[in-house]
Amino acid sequence: MVNEIPVIWLQTSACTGCTISLLNSASPTIRNILIDQVIPGAHINLRFHVTIMAGAGEPAIEIMENTAKEKTGNYILVIEGAIPTTKDAVYGAIGERGGKPVEMKDRVEDLARSALAILAVGTCSSFGGIPSAAPNPTGCQSVKQFLDAKDITTPIVNIPGCPPHPDWFVGTVASIILNGLPKADDLDDNLRPLAFYGHLIHENCPRRAYFDEGKFAKKFGDEGCLYELGCKGAITYADCPLRLWNGGTNWCIGAGAPCSGCTQPEFPDLVAPFYEKLVDVELPTIGAYWLPRKEEK
Amino acid sequence: MGKIVIDPVTRIEGHLKIDTVVDNGVVKEARSTGNLFRGIELILRGRDPRDAQVITQRICGVCPQSHGIAAALNLDSAFGISGKIPPNAQIVRNLIQGAHVVQDHILHFYHLAALDYVDITDVTKYEGKDSDLSSVRDFISRGELGPFVPRYEGDYRLSPEVNQQATAHYLKALEIRRIGHEMVSTFSGKIPHSVGIIPGGVTTTPTIDKIISFLWKLRILQDFINNAYIPDVLAIASVYPDYFEVGVGCKNLLSYGAYDLEGENPDLTCRKRLFKQGTTSADLKPDGLDITKITEDVRHSWYQDSSSGRHPTQGETKPEYGRGEAYSWIKSPRYGGKVYEVGPLARVAVTYAYGDPVMKNLVDSALAQLKAPPSVLFSVMGRHLARALSAKFIADSMEKWLLELKPGEPTFVEYTIPEEGTGAGLTEAARGALGHWIEIKEKKIANYQCVVPTTWNASPRDDNGNPGPMEQAIIGTRIKDKSNPFEIVRIVRSFDPCIACAVH
Repeated sequence: MVNEIPVIWLQTSACTGCTISLLNSASPTIRNILIDQVIPGAHINLRFHVTIMAGAGEPAIEIMENTAKEKTGNYILVIEGAIPTTKDAVYGAIGERGGKPVEMKDRVEDLARSALAILAVGTCSSFGGIPSAAPNPTGCQSVKQFLDAKDITTPIVNIPGCPPHPDWFVGTVASIILNGLPKADDLDDNLRPLAFYGHLIHENCPRRAYFDEGKFAKKFGDEGCLYELGCKGAITYADCPLRLWNGGTNWCIGAGAPCSGCTQPEFPDLVAPFYEKLVDVELPTIGAYWLPRKEEK
Repeated sequence: MGKIVIDPVTRIEGHLKIDTVVDNGVVKEARSTGNLFRGIELILRGRDPRDAQVITQRICGVCPQSHGIAAALNLDSAFGISGKIPPNAQIVRNLIQGAHVVQDHILHFYHLAALDYVDITDVTKYEGKDSDLSSVRDFISRGELGPFVPRYEGDYRLSPEVNQQATAHYLKALEIRRIGHEMVSTFSGKIPHSVGIIPGGVTTTPTIDKIISFLWKLRILQDFINNAYIPDVLAIASVYPDYFEVGVGCKNLLSYGAYDLEGENPDLTCRKRLFKQGTTSADLKPDGLDITKITEDVRHSWYQDSSSGRHPTQGETKPEYGRGEAYSWIKSPRYGGKVYEVGPLARVAVTYAYGDPVMKNLVDSALAQLKAPPSVLFSVMGRHLARALSAKFIADSMEKWLLELKPGEPTFVEYTIPEEGTGAGLTEAARGALGHWIEIKEKKIANYQCVVPTTWNASPRDDNGNPGPMEQAIIGTRIKDKSNPFEIVRIVRSFDPCIACAVH
């Protein structure tokens, strides 16, 4: 008997980049994830995902609403995108009820209440991200912010990144299937799995030796540490330098570009301008400016 | 009179509603509604101009690369370095964009459009040993068919063998497009939202290992295009020939051209490009591109009326939800006041109209196989065919560019951000003509406007009441079965809409 794990993937104020990144999963492949038993005996039953699903319109909305009813407390809700909350306009709607658009925030509230757990995929969903950037024209909030205000206590795991690496999502899901929901010790203060977000980019960067020796690239294409060209690796938690992107092909610093800090709650406003050196970080005692981590508190 | 409302339209990017009025089985009215506003243009104001390249990619995770290119071209022009980008950098930009667009076309046909024609449940009858198809058969036999049901039922016409073959290609295409993204990443760091393209050139320096790796991944894509993608489009077209007459649309086509073949001319509207700049119509005669003729209307969009009818250099984004006749977050771009369609069909047709020999040969031989005149291009199947030919045209051009790269030579030119300045960046995203416009004051972004392919295609009525291209393509269509309105979703998906882009 195969354990069918119902999943609803809701896109809110988003760009679909997180979905496309998941399609890039190298092993397991996206076919393994959606069709095969991703862990022997368990199959991810993706019931609602607008970019992928065959159905459209009302029948598609019905399957989402019915899953929430029939599988109460048993389905995983994935949210890709921030939640527009401004009251004076409908900035985001998904489907209709009685001829009126249903706002994204109402969908999230309904689906979040009866989910087993919520995976906030991407930096928009985890921390607000791009649509929440100043002046935040649509009053966007992160999923956590939004649900806290509604006193909804469904467990949340944040899987940030703009977009997140597919391994971070797939690894988190596999861990939930095998070991249950993450314990408090498995996550950092920003609810990110330590397995993937436990170290600074800077700690594992192959250009670290240049940094320690004070050899800094002055323009693009130069050898050297990219710190002075605006690299945010010194304050960004993610395992990109070890994992690499797109099936191990490359990564941002590998292409000679500064890390933009996209897995951080500070993204984008507090890590911009992207091509300016971090402010208030003195050399070489950069470690003193690491964000506080659980074990250091 | 009755209504057919499809909300959400799935297997596209983003949040789209299609609302139609149907009389005696024929669509009389159609309204396209973009359902998500983020205000990216408002977010861009006051920022460091260079950050536009990072932020505008986040307009869309399906076609970020094209926004990166449009932003870089826009900033190049605003920084006064448009004619100074090193040849190496120009080639790397072309390769990044080309690999991205080719995988995007494959993604669209197989993963977004094909399920309108291909009946995946026919795989239950499969008796062979192919591991992909066996895994699908096992999947179906377990009885939980998400995300492949529910779906519209009725008009699946392919034979079981063709359905099985197409399903195998659906799965294979997942792998192929992933490889396409690896090619992008080779020169651009990561994708979606890559970092390699910047004003002044690119961050990366081409090395021989990257060149050879890119080459052999390109060969995998070319093989798939030649032996699966184009034959599958033709096979489906031969069983759905009526779709060469459905979804005709406005028949005015516009292309900004793309893939720079020279770098000296700072005027992007006449720079030598692989796809040509221009417009064409039903007669397939070419006409030049004059970007001063572009305006954006907002009478039927949720923005303040005062900003209607402006050229993007004077454009504004002032949301005003729920007013008057408005029904969409998408604005209505028009060219010389007329409705124009953009996309692979437009850039293929414009390049064909200008008599490019490679493109002429591609189009003419596909039409010869179909025993059809060029007029069939203006249709649902015509758009799918043009998209497949666009993929081949780009893929086949990339090998030459790749071998022109010179490891060790510069890929970046330095600049200073001007106190004041304006710029325009024009290219062809997978989905069509993409333009970015910037105004810089005090070294910061004072105004930034994006007119994106689906802004054109999924636009609502303009100030004169003329429906947008997709709306026009739906109006007049006969719907066989109101509860399974295949015709509408097939028309919409033939445009490959991207709503995050369209509204931004």
